[in-house]
Amino acid sequence: MPVATMQGREIHVDEEGFLTDPTEWDEELAKQLATNIGLELTDRHYEVIRFARADAAEQGETPTLRRMQATGGFPTKELFQLFPKKPAKKLSYVAGLQKPVGCV
Amino acid sequence: MTVTDPTTAPIPSFDDEDEGGRKLVLICSKGSLDMAYPGLVLANAALGEGIETHIFFTFWGFEIINKKTMGDLKFVAMGNPATHMPNAVMGLPGMTAVSTKMMRKQIADLDIPEVPEFLDIIHASGGHLWACRMSADMMKLTEDDLYEGVEGIISATDFMELSEGAQTLFI
Repeated sequence: MPVATMQGREIHVDEEGFLTDPTEWDEELAKQLATNIGLELTDRHYEVIRFARADAAEQGETPTLRRMQATGGFPTKELFQLFPKKPAKKLSYVAGLQKPVGCV
Repeated sequence: MTVTDPTTAPIPSFDDEDEGGRKLVLICSKGSLDMAYPGLVLANAALGEGIETHIFFTFWGFEIINKKTMGDLKFVAMGNPATHMPNAVMGLPGMTAVSTKMMRKQIADLDIPEVPEFLDIIHASGGHLWACRMSADMMKLTEDDLYEGVEGIISATDFMELSEGAQTLFI
């Protein structure tokens, strides 16, 4: 597994670049990850990210967009605006979570 | 492998630009519960990948967007060898209700939404929903009878224009 150095410390990532250890993540790192994929984070992005991380910690898996809406109250439409084109993947990357695995 | 320069850390390739020209058109022609899901699941997945997605509902596929039926699609096990159940049993009264209930439960257990909610998600994700003119005329249905997210009732010719350059799947 690759080890990247970001924010002056070692970060474990998978072949694609997704973090493999969510505990190595912090909100500063999110900024860097977002920049990597051409996103600039707003307060609203952070609200979404915080919920996704809390939910993943509780459920043991990255929430789907449906769960983000149903449980987190973040409308699907807005998630597409905040994380354009590929909201589920981009959100999990910036939040330091694994890609969602399910079909839906 | 150790990457010390953040600019050389692996960054997922989201290929935003590459998907720019990709377009998927799904034709949903069946009205049973089990045949509604393939189109909806694929549409949802395509939208999540940033692919322009259209679903064209035709003939029995209208069941999926007809407000009266969309929440009440059925699964008929009789005549379906993949259920491995004898037709003599599956043809008994009430069996369609039983098999439908079972399939609904299996779908819900996987945390997959029911058809109306799935349409809501696809619509909110920017998916385009279209209804077939000939089917609407045959069934005497208008846009008022259909799910609100349906953008229009269109002809076969309109469909040809819409699907130009798209990957097309008939379900």
